[in-house]
Amino acid sequence: MKPFDYERAVSSNAAARAALASGAHFIAGGTNLLDLMKLEVLRPDKLIDISRLPLRQVERTGDGGLRIGAMVTNSDLAADPRVRRHYPVLSRALLAGASGQLRNKATTAGNLLQRTRCPYFQDTAMPCNKREPGSGCHALDGFNRNHAILGTSESCIATHPSDMAVAMMALDASVEIQSAAGKTRTVALDEFYALPGDTPHVETTLDSGDLVTAVLLPPPLAARQVYRKVRDRASYAFALVSVAAVISMNEGVLDHVAVSFGGLAPKPWRDRKVEALLSGKPPSGALFQEAADRLLAEARGYGGNDFKIALAHRTLRAVLRQATGLTQ
Amino acid sequence: MSKIHVSTTVNGDPVEFLADPRESLLDCLRNHLDLTGTKEGCGTGDCGACSVTLDGTLVCSCLVLGVEADGKSVGTIEGMATGAELHPLQRKFIEHAALQCGFCTPGILVAAKALLEQNDNPSESEIRYWLAGNLCRCTGYDKIVRAVMDAAAEIRGAA
Repeated sequence: MKPFDYERAVSSNAAARAALASGAHFIAGGTNLLDLMKLEVLRPDKLIDISRLPLRQVERTGDGGLRIGAMVTNSDLAADPRVRRHYPVLSRALLAGASGQLRNKATTAGNLLQRTRCPYFQDTAMPCNKREPGSGCHALDGFNRNHAILGTSESCIATHPSDMAVAMMALDASVEIQSAAGKTRTVALDEFYALPGDTPHVETTLDSGDLVTAVLLPPPLAARQVYRKVRDRASYAFALVSVAAVISMNEGVLDHVAVSFGGLAPKPWRDRKVEALLSGKPPSGALFQEAADRLLAEARGYGGNDFKIALAHRTLRAVLRQATGLTQ
Repeated sequence: MSKIHVSTTVNGDPVEFLADPRESLLDCLRNHLDLTGTKEGCGTGDCGACSVTLDGTLVCSCLVLGVEADGKSVGTIEGMATGAELHPLQRKFIEHAALQCGFCTPGILVAAKALLEQNDNPSESEIRYWLAGNLCRCTGYDKIVRAVMDAAAEIRGAA
């Protein structure tokens, strides 16, 4: 590991200002960052420890939603009684990720900002456009079983590995950000992430010195919430495909429809056209088939991950049947 | 890149050491405090051999910087027995032969103790999910799970 300086932030303002320095990097839970530093994929000159900032509360907001402090651990968030009761899709997604040891340390903001587990990104002996812009991508025709089929580019086909963010996407979460100038802004989670295009090293809309301070959830809906994660073993594995659904029914038709996907794309994926196609119609096998066709109309496999197209199709249909109570 | 003074509590004893910021809590326990019961398996948070508690919460000490422990309380395998008297989990691991090479055992014992402290009657499935972050390449896990269930029964009986 490259030598670095360590400083404990005394306030959000001080942390954001300190992060403006070249080579500075926040550390929160460290569960992903320290791995990447050991591999020298990341080589910060200075770590700013934000883990003791007073951002560990889960609070009700004025509109009846929830404000989740950036430093709330994944374990604490999954166990929060309000999350379990009103946002069960989030609790289930969190518990489907990592191991107890990691969830105890990993934070809400760190989970959003974790890096891809693409093996080429993690191997400094290989080219990677995300790690070294312009160096190339060997996943395109290499080992790509875990890679993306939607939202990819010729520069990068890495997936975003989070379960938590997939659930938050279906819950219409937004991210509260404090700038180095001390200004606070809120960005919809869907707009927080950037697609790779020809700049796969740019993963979010955060600027230098921006500090994520919270995730905001809107008031809970009376809706069925489902999280289904398909993976190689029953626990402690990243998603091949995951689906989060928040769906309400009204007089026999689908009413509110929010469906998001993990394991398929460089960001937690949501397709409003699929949701519009489903909304206002009675549940049926034919409708769900059409929705899955629509979701995957532009999907592209790269050899090792071709199976994800059929797997995503089946998983979406199964989740829609579960969320609407369709039995056949 | 100067060393940083760390003041912490390990198994109830106040300790101080100087840490290079690059050193993990695992490095500090083993190299500065001579507490070598905590093992380094993968060094990437996957195997759980380095499990300790930090302010009572189970974590992988390979993914904690030593400097992060400043002002916190650390619990390791060395704090599990009371003098010469083994913890019920330790005794049950011996009775059930729930170890072979033993390298993963300290981490599994620390993790299992953290489970029993919050749930003294876990189901087999709860034990298996709780220990999902602790890999054992020898036992096939069955003896470990049975030892934890047996220790839980003994602790419940004693309470």
